[in-house]
Amino acid sequence: MAEAIFWFNAFIAVLTAAVVVLHRNPVVEALALALHLCSIAVFFVLLEAPFAAVIQVILYAGAIMVLFLFVVMLLDPGGEGKAGRAGKIQLAATLLGAGAFLAALLPVALAAGAGELPPPVHPGFGGVRTFGQLLFTEYLFPFEAASVLLLSAMIGALYLAKRELD
Amino acid sequence: MPEMIDLFAGFGIIPTAVKIGILIGLVMTAVAYISFAERRIAGFIQERIGPNRVGPLGLLQPLADGLKFIFKEEIIPSLAHKPTFILAPAIAVTTALTTFAVLPFGGPFEAWGKTISPMVADLDIGVLYILAVASLGVYGIVLAGWSSNNKYSLLGGLRSTAQLISYELPMTLALVGVLMAAGSLRLADIVNAQMNSAWYAVAMPLGAFIFIVSAFAETNRLPFDMPEAEAEIVAGYHTEYSSMKFAMFYMAEYMNVTMSSCLITLLFFGGWHLPFVEGMLQGLSQPSRAAAHAAIFAGKTTFFIFFYIWVRWTLPRFRYDQLMRLGWKVLLPLALANIFYVGGAILLGWF
Repeated sequence: MAEAIFWFNAFIAVLTAAVVVLHRNPVVEALALALHLCSIAVFFVLLEAPFAAVIQVILYAGAIMVLFLFVVMLLDPGGEGKAGRAGKIQLAATLLGAGAFLAALLPVALAAGAGELPPPVHPGFGGVRTFGQLLFTEYLFPFEAASVLLLSAMIGALYLAKRELD
Repeated sequence: MPEMIDLFAGFGIIPTAVKIGILIGLVMTAVAYISFAERRIAGFIQERIGPNRVGPLGLLQPLADGLKFIFKEEIIPSLAHKPTFILAPAIAVTTALTTFAVLPFGGPFEAWGKTISPMVADLDIGVLYILAVASLGVYGIVLAGWSSNNKYSLLGGLRSTAQLISYELPMTLALVGVLMAAGSLRLADIVNAQMNSAWYAVAMPLGAFIFIVSAFAETNRLPFDMPEAEAEIVAGYHTEYSSMKFAMFYMAEYMNVTMSSCLITLLFFGGWHLPFVEGMLQGLSQPSRAAAHAAIFAGKTTFFIFFYIWVRWTLPRFRYDQLMRLGWKVLLPLALANIFYVGGAILLGWF
């Protein structure tokens, strides 16, 4: 059952990712990206990390992508078919990026072929309790540093917006 | 296997399917009769009669409404973006309906030699699941607004995005207080924690107030129905919708109202727990106690649904800037203060 869900979900994930890159209508692309983020959440569920899955949906699909869509809807000047064709530079960048990603995946794929995957972490790893404990003990400093970073970004955005208004 | 998938493995699929069937039947019936109740109560509040012609007391009115919706002409504007125009109401209804999966109607009980838990999926992260699925509901409204190719619809869609994202924040922060006090994200655990201490509406009235106000904004109900605001932007995001597609938005709204009422009951008003009555229920057999619990829960939820309708026909609409100011400058700081209050209370051992 879990395997069937994995393959179906993997198909959805790849399909929506392809739509994001290939479709000409920015709103459809944004929607496909939202669906893609949801399919990533399903992978988290399959990996016994329900908390990460739910947070993925709330933050990325529910909040950030909605804002994306908001911006696309407001700024999209003429609607469909306005996105330009990819030039040579974009094509080269795409190939380079895909190549680098595959190269990074290669060791994992080889290890899986040889049956040398790391053992699964203890059950309950993806639950809220373990997550919170790790966040407030082992990863306390990076966690707090990230929040300060976000705060400074927020102040910066506010400053830029205010300066334009005045 | 992860617990979310466990439900459908092997023979587990039959009870789960039965539960899903019962739940959908319940929610659909509830939605039909809430729309009827809204019209009757509106009539009562405005000193008129309301629909009373179809069947005794007008009780068959929802059926007549449904038939009428189905047979109405379906109009899709010629310049609309057709796929998303059709998809939008489906998203609205699906997300609204899916949230009910983790709703508990009582604690687990023993009957016919088996332990039955009166909910579809007993997830560890029940509350977060509801928030996650509900946060996807905004896509239905935004897409409806955009795909209609109508400036009033687009305005409605944009307003709803801003409103939902703004009020999600105080709502979630009010929820944090509850989660801290209960120490769990499982809805049944939160209810049990309230049985052992006090209802959280009593223990943290500020949190309950913020949650209820934000829930009104999240469901786009008056006094916060900016996305529709018929006096300003015709009918907002569903201006161009007709026939069953319009009815789907309508259904989604009432499902969200029902869900919010259930959440308010579970999180702040003790769920299926009633003080004094709980002791009287101890003598009953397990299935009849479960039935009593479900009845108590349904009764409280019905009260909050009535409250929603009552407020809608009593208060006038906010102005848009007032709505935003209330959300960001009043409710958000209050919600943060509530978290500090709950933290202090936990330190003092009140929970």
